[in-house]
Amino acid sequence: MRLVLTGNHAAAYAVKLARVNVVAAYPITPQTSVIEKISEFVEKGELNARLIRVESEHSAMAAVIGAAFAGARAYTATSAQGLLYMYEMVWWAAGARLPIVMGLVTRGIAPPWSIWTDHADFMSIRDSGWAMLFAASAQEVLDLTIIAFKLAEELMLPVAVGWDAFIVSHTAEPVHVPEQDAVDRFLGEPKRAPAAVDFDDPKSIGALAFPKDYPLFRENIHETLRGASPKLRRLEEEYSKVVGRKSLGLIEEIMCDDAEVVIVAMGAAAGEAVEVARALRREGVRVGVARVRSVRPFPEEDLARIAEKAGALVVLDRSYSLGIGGVIALETRAVLHRRGVTVPVKEVVAGLGGQEIPLEVLRRTVLNVARERG
Amino acid sequence: MTSVIIPAARPAIGSAGKTGLWRLRRPVINYDKCRRCMLCWMYCPEAAIEVREGVLIVDYDYCKGCGICASECPAGAISMVKEEVSGK
Repeated sequence: MRLVLTGNHAAAYAVKLARVNVVAAYPITPQTSVIEKISEFVEKGELNARLIRVESEHSAMAAVIGAAFAGARAYTATSAQGLLYMYEMVWWAAGARLPIVMGLVTRGIAPPWSIWTDHADFMSIRDSGWAMLFAASAQEVLDLTIIAFKLAEELMLPVAVGWDAFIVSHTAEPVHVPEQDAVDRFLGEPKRAPAAVDFDDPKSIGALAFPKDYPLFRENIHETLRGASPKLRRLEEEYSKVVGRKSLGLIEEIMCDDAEVVIVAMGAAAGEAVEVARALRREGVRVGVARVRSVRPFPEEDLARIAEKAGALVVLDRSYSLGIGGVIALETRAVLHRRGVTVPVKEVVAGLGGQEIPLEVLRRTVLNVARERG
Repeated sequence: MTSVIIPAARPAIGSAGKTGLWRLRRPVINYDKCRRCMLCWMYCPEAAIEVREGVLIVDYDYCKGCGICASECPAGAISMVKEEVSGK
């Protein structure tokens, strides 16, 4: 079935198709219409779920944590300040190994107030143990949200799916909505968390870990996420077979085969990167685009392979680690260094708080990198 | 394949030592007034009130003397008695 859907409504359809049992959320622009649509599905009886209205995002995450402890498939969604308000519980969800899925409609963090896209909120959870996927279209919001439920239940870790405020969240486009049967086949029954309530084996979650034990818990999550790339690839391939569409992997490679410079970008801004790459190709500079679709697991192998082949990268970041630089650029340099890949990685931080991506700045940067290489 | 570890604690009697030592006042049940309604057993946050053949018995090894049982008892059968320093 093909429907014209906004990114937010596509997320709601994914939640319905995943037969989520519990949704708890607090409204915030630009996330609101995700929950409004889910609420409509519940009201009409199309989704048999408990929608819990809460007084804050802290409670929203606490409620879905409780639901996951009870063995339910649980979903929440938020943006910027809302995410920061639930931050303590975000770490709780990962530490207790609960398979929760959260939609993050990325928005600039105040002050100053902004309701427009910026990846600072999304990136703020990158050390928390969540798996983190990022979509660039309404179609991908739907696909990645469905895949996220299965990934969460395989890793026994919560999964965040991000997409850009307004550019994706409120822009309507044709979306292929898979059949319920297909999604049922792919997802199966919800898998209970190892920490889920079991009356025959009573336990409390939230034990004190003494210094000799605490690192074991952190290491355990680290290892799970480090090993998650092949799982994510396999799940996407399984899903693609079921719905009859192409799988893209952790990075979508566009014109990378013969590229002498590759622009690394995430989310909607990859569209601008492709525009710049095409313009430069008309001038005879072979430019490719690597669109990041997963931040945790980080596409370490893919980036190393792409960087080695192309010889130079320009990373377009929509998130700024203030005082040091673009977040994806920093992480890219770190993994290339770890793998002994020594290629120039130039960074462009742009598009913060919904700013238009300055195409000319990006074009000139890529051109300079290409020229420096000779 | 990494196995998942969870920060779980299993309930065990006395994992924090004999917490009855913390007590300043002890609950004493007047069995002439006790109606066996079990509210004290239900409310005790430490599960330190046991039922043996229908009789409610406080486990003084672990009762911390919080007084919730005395406060909840509808029959006024539980009084909180000041602990004496031993040897006096």
